[in-house]
Amino acid sequence: MKESGTAARGVNWRVRLINPVLDKEIRLRMRSPRAMWTLFFYLLAIGLMAFAAIYLTQVLSGSGSSYNPEQSKILFYFLSFAQLGLVAFMAPGLTAGVISGEREKQTLNLLLTTQQSSSTIILSKLVSSLSFMVLIVVSTIPIYAMVFLYGGVSPKQMTLIFLFYLFIMLVLGSFGIFFSTILKKTMMSVISTYGVTLFIFVGTAILYFVMVNVLEDQYRYSTVSPSSTPYAWVGHIMAFNPAVALYSILEPSISDDAFLSSRYGGSGSGAPIALWLEFMIIYTVISSIALWLSVRNLRPRLNRKR
Amino acid sequence: MNEQTPMIEIRGLAKSFGSFHALKGIDLTIERGTVFGFVGPNGAGKSTTMLILSTLLAPSAGYAKVGGFDVTQHPHEVRKRIGYMPDFFGVYDQFKTVEYLHFYGASYGIPKAEREALIPQLLELVNLSDKRDAYVDSLSRGMKQRLCLARCLVHDPELLILDEPASGLDPRARIEMREILKELKAMGKTIIISSHILPELAEMVDEIGVIEHGEMVAVGNVADIQSRLRVKRFLHIRLLDREEEAEQFLRDRPFVNRLIRDERGLQIHFGGQDEEQAELLSALMSQGFRIVSYSEAQTNLEDVFLEITKGGGGDE
Repeated sequence: MKESGTAARGVNWRVRLINPVLDKEIRLRMRSPRAMWTLFFYLLAIGLMAFAAIYLTQVLSGSGSSYNPEQSKILFYFLSFAQLGLVAFMAPGLTAGVISGEREKQTLNLLLTTQQSSSTIILSKLVSSLSFMVLIVVSTIPIYAMVFLYGGVSPKQMTLIFLFYLFIMLVLGSFGIFFSTILKKTMMSVISTYGVTLFIFVGTAILYFVMVNVLEDQYRYSTVSPSSTPYAWVGHIMAFNPAVALYSILEPSISDDAFLSSRYGGSGSGAPIALWLEFMIIYTVISSIALWLSVRNLRPRLNRKR
Repeated sequence: MNEQTPMIEIRGLAKSFGSFHALKGIDLTIERGTVFGFVGPNGAGKSTTMLILSTLLAPSAGYAKVGGFDVTQHPHEVRKRIGYMPDFFGVYDQFKTVEYLHFYGASYGIPKAEREALIPQLLELVNLSDKRDAYVDSLSRGMKQRLCLARCLVHDPELLILDEPASGLDPRARIEMREILKELKAMGKTIIISSHILPELAEMVDEIGVIEHGEMVAVGNVADIQSRLRVKRFLHIRLLDREEEAEQFLRDRPFVNRLIRDERGLQIHFGGQDEEQAELLSALMSQGFRIVSYSEAQTNLEDVFLEITKGGGGDE
């Protein structure tokens, strides 16, 4: 991990890509026994879930030894959602203490008096956490590979799913780092990050269903003609939900369903863009803001005008 | 910035945390190569001043310059010039000593080849050469303090800001720390060092600044400050008997500014010179007090500090 000493001539990409903070983060993370235990328990959890799912599909199909592609697709969906749940559980835990932890260990001030910029420190912390999460998620690929034994899922779909995981890790990671920077205590930061994660997974879904019902009631009793009261905008609430976004990758038709949600003949015009794409646009903006705020708040604001 | 610029220039520096005024507009100038002792009770504003100088805290008013660079306007330039050692600090336990220094060296942008040459010298300076491959976690507190000092020096800063560098150290470790600081002084570093070990550092501190309740009470070289004090001497008298009577007698004598009676005898803050001191002894003898010993104690920085800070500033 150490950069080469012959950096004098030309551009040493290794030095440029791996700055001291990133080098330290990766090195120290992998030295702690916790890293190995995290990996172990993650693989154990996803492995158990995979075997349970295989067993259940076998029992439920009632056909004993024969498989059809539809069942293996269900297994793949199940694994994908299980993995999403685990990622959502892991990302806040790995990132919500990266700055506040240094503050509590009293190492942050020493780091802040070095020449490393605030953005380097924040981004290095994010990248190192992400790379560890990528390591974990990539190490689950052999479990996924079982699905390929039975067919029904394309490698392209799987690649897309893994890219989606990378994105959600980035999003939740940036939230974790944001709270870790602005809150003094790691405990508060962890609670806040899990709170936000819970909201975007469960809160947005509840909000969507409440809004749909409220609007449908209004719509049903309204005297105005159905075509002039579109309420398709509620579909955008679903674009905030990672599980729905993931599902829209697996089943593209869900995007339209979210916007055509009326049971009473409402005529939405379908999804303006795929839900997962809208999800990515929304969270790219929110994550960028979270990271920008983290960079700004890491050090005291010294540049006041006199 | 040229060599004539003072190392530290502070004017009207204030810092408030809500309604609490940690610093109330202090002024201070420290020339290059000076070893400056910063004294004051806990919560007086020493650490706040040091945090501002280290770019870790924004002042509420006034300014502070390091090497001519304003800490709020050019924090990057200031960071290049300072080595900051906080009163409490943590270390990355899973680093080896040598890796720890490599990390900070790299964080200051020092190329690896240079670090390879520099780090053994630093470890030598702080007497940790034999611990180069030990995990930081395994070092004693004193060793960690010295390692932190080496970390401060890794980018060869002009100014060292050391906030109570010997707090919590045993006597041996304090002596080791003092020896290292002497070496750093000989190397021409400007050092600003706070509190506790100051009496021990008397011979190496060029100037002291006394801060209390966020205000500078006194600044100057040690001899100046001592000479400006009302109390010039500390007398120690031990009697065979009639101690209480002697106490009453002494309280009414001229030049006796303060008198403390304890198990060691009578301690007097005496304002007079040799003649008055001799007269006091004669007076005691003439009253028939049986004196075992009558001696003048050396004033040290601690006495100076106590004298200045008691009741808000001695004769200031």
